[in-house]
Amino acid sequence: MKSATAASTTAPRDVTSFSLGLALPLGAAFAIFFVLPLAQLFYLSLHNDTAATVWGLGQYIKFLTDPFSLSVLGATLLLGAEVTLACLVLGYPIAWLYQRSGSRVQTLIIMIVLLPLLTSVVVRTFAWIVILGRQGIINSVLQSLGLIGTPLRMIYTQGGLIAALAQVQMPLMVLPLITAIGRIDPNLSDASASLGAGSWRTFVKVMLPLSMPGIIAGCTLTYAAAITAFITQSLVGGGQMLFMPMYLYQQASTLQNWPFAAAISIIFLFAVLAIVALFSTLGRRARGYGDAR
Amino acid sequence: MSRRQKNFEALSFQIVMTVIAVLALILIVSPSLVVVIVSFTSGFSLKFPPPGYSTRWYVELWNAWQLQFAARNSVVVALWSTGLSVVLGVAAALAISRSKTLTAKLLDSLFMSPLVLPALAFGLAALMFFSLIGLPISLLTLVIGHTVVCVPYVVRNTVAALAQLEPTLLESSAILGASRLYTFRRIVLPLIRPGIISGAFIAFMSSFDNVPVSLFLRDAATDMLPIRMWQDLEGKLDVTIAALSSVLIIGTVALMAIMERTTGLSKRLTG
Repeated sequence: MKSATAASTTAPRDVTSFSLGLALPLGAAFAIFFVLPLAQLFYLSLHNDTAATVWGLGQYIKFLTDPFSLSVLGATLLLGAEVTLACLVLGYPIAWLYQRSGSRVQTLIIMIVLLPLLTSVVVRTFAWIVILGRQGIINSVLQSLGLIGTPLRMIYTQGGLIAALAQVQMPLMVLPLITAIGRIDPNLSDASASLGAGSWRTFVKVMLPLSMPGIIAGCTLTYAAAITAFITQSLVGGGQMLFMPMYLYQQASTLQNWPFAAAISIIFLFAVLAIVALFSTLGRRARGYGDAR
Repeated sequence: MSRRQKNFEALSFQIVMTVIAVLALILIVSPSLVVVIVSFTSGFSLKFPPPGYSTRWYVELWNAWQLQFAARNSVVVALWSTGLSVVLGVAAALAISRSKTLTAKLLDSLFMSPLVLPALAFGLAALMFFSLIGLPISLLTLVIGHTVVCVPYVVRNTVAALAQLEPTLLESSAILGASRLYTFRRIVLPLIRPGIISGAFIAFMSSFDNVPVSLFLRDAATDMLPIRMWQDLEGKLDVTIAALSSVLIIGTVALMAIMERTTGLSKRLTG
């Protein structure tokens, strides 16, 4: 009982919180192994030569004036948008179904959605090679139905890549949507219906706006994951389509051009941060919009 | 709108939504099923449906020492990274979860940032950093790199578990004379344990599956499984990879089932 009396005689200490000092070990580890390397990356990108002796913005100018580099950046950002849209269109109904199902079906849906999230990304991508390949399931079905004579080329195409990425990243969209739709008061849909709005109208005017925070969160995660998905991009996209992660890797690894690779990383990093910031601004506005109703 | 029109409208909405949802769920599941089926092929190609069935590729896998070597490395790195992530991450989560200071908020953003930043950029940065300070590439550098990208999962899940912890429990414990350490051991830890375990589980899986960091921080002597598989697939489409993939898929499903039973993983991830 000694400690109790000691605690009560001294100034009222807050027993419900913990010392900030507990964050020190991780803070120090992050300072050394996360912040310092990124700072060095930035430092290196500000040099014009591969030996990093001449200061300058040469690497950035090289990237931003090179039509090829810019097209790689553009293709990457576009790919992210296409995959995000596909995930939203396919993922929203899953979240909707989840909220209307009994608890057994709910667990089943969650397990189905989580499975790809936890399965190795190489395995998931490999599965798409099997599906989209010349002897794959789609080609065999179409051929046996007599719809096509020769096998279609689906792997190494933009469409195949979008399908594969959408499947790989779908959980990141569905999980926040399930949370957001679950928070909507079901009475609101009933109210909308009893005031004469049809299901589609209620969906567009009530459900979509109210689930906007989940949509924004899901889009942010899916987008960031899709544009950095190195393995899927390289295996399903093939050599013809080049995206930022592979471009970065080639410059760093094959060509050993570290300052240029560093500049690509920084540009890519800021592109991702800009997109995330854009989404979170939209998210804040959407929350205000949702609250106002 | 007439009543009939309205019924039709409601029905059309439900049919469209349900059909898309079911198709999307099939889209999510089918690739894994296809891989498991193809792995039992008796042929030499990834033809679907397989011409016949056999377990020859599993025998092949048993002899694939390169893949086994990479798998062992991946498990070792994932175990160390998860251990480090739990020790560092839980301590940090305790510190920042109940503090409303600006420092705590900034630390929270810092600890979460590896989830948003392109990990490939961090992988390259880490490689340059280690070569600058003269630390050669080894399992150690892999563990450090993986810990940075895996610790956010532990921090996030532990913070979420702590947010649900009733402050009155801690006060009651203190009033009854328990020391802070005793309260932590007997009250806090048991209550946040499911959160820590699910964070550790996700950290383990994401380390085991990590590509962007391993890509830069490994070499032939410290080969990692996802990279080995990726390089094998770039070269040739080997059915052994299908057998290995099936083993990984089935292992994941088994782990998920255990996690669902012990910590209610699904409820945790849907908030």
